[in-house]
Amino acid sequence: MKRLCLALLSTVLMQAAWADKLPMPADAPPSYGEDCGGCHMAYPPALLMADDWQKLMLNLKDHFGTDASLSTSAYQEINRFLVANGGNARRPGVSDRSLRITKTPRFLRKHDEIPARMWRDPRVKSAANCEACHRGAGTGRFSEHDLVLPELRGR
Amino acid sequence: MKFPVLFVACLLPTWSYADTPQSIQDHYVASAGAGFVASAARGERFFQQRFALSDVMPSCASCHTTQPVKAGEHVVTGKTIKPLAVSANADRFSRLDKTEKWFDRNCKEVVGRLCSPAEKADFVAWLREVR
Repeated sequence: MKRLCLALLSTVLMQAAWADKLPMPADAPPSYGEDCGGCHMAYPPALLMADDWQKLMLNLKDHFGTDASLSTSAYQEINRFLVANGGNARRPGVSDRSLRITKTPRFLRKHDEIPARMWRDPRVKSAANCEACHRGAGTGRFSEHDLVLPELRGR
Repeated sequence: MKFPVLFVACLLPTWSYADTPQSIQDHYVASAGAGFVASAARGERFFQQRFALSDVMPSCASCHTTQPVKAGEHVVTGKTIKPLAVSANADRFSRLDKTEKWFDRNCKEVVGRLCSPAEKADFVAWLREVR
């Protein structure tokens, strides 16, 4: 009985640890980093629902105020990659009309202790700038135990 | 024997790793018309110019900083942008297709139109030179 409880407990704890690791899938096309990752971090697809990625990709001409249109070949491979690797219902949750990662239920829940002024801090600039706080975001590591800004550590 | 040679020959146009800042500048100079000579000084003025289109990013310098030997930052997202000057970043202007793609995007967004071959030639000339 004790062993079973221990096994169950470690599984639960490991799940929690895994939840903060969202590595870029191995089949990411180079165009994803070059095109999408030119202006903002190349987000791990698991951060947004597949349907939300699909909607985003249908309106690249007005991508948060910018024309982010792609060549046909880049569009096809990036679209395929995002939809195939998009988060499932248990993880990010459906975003709002804006289709922002920062409006997914998971993001809001994980960041509910962050004061609003932090998003405007010059070191951060935007909630889209994961790497400003999450040192390992570029390699899919979003642990709250590895934060760049000193005032956010130990919360 | 003929087939492999033909196969390799067909691949040649797709290899763009052979581009260099000089060859890319030469490409724009050739497209700019007979007698055109690129000017790094003009390129610098274009780089620093504040266009009237966007309040958020009025100039190239808005994201690439006024000193392109330094790393810049996207003015909206905050993402770090590696230096644009060739002296600080050997990857710059090493692929014509990539250069063209970013000229298209950024000229439309900042200048409000496509940049001309002459403007691109001047721009590359300055970024090759600036230290």
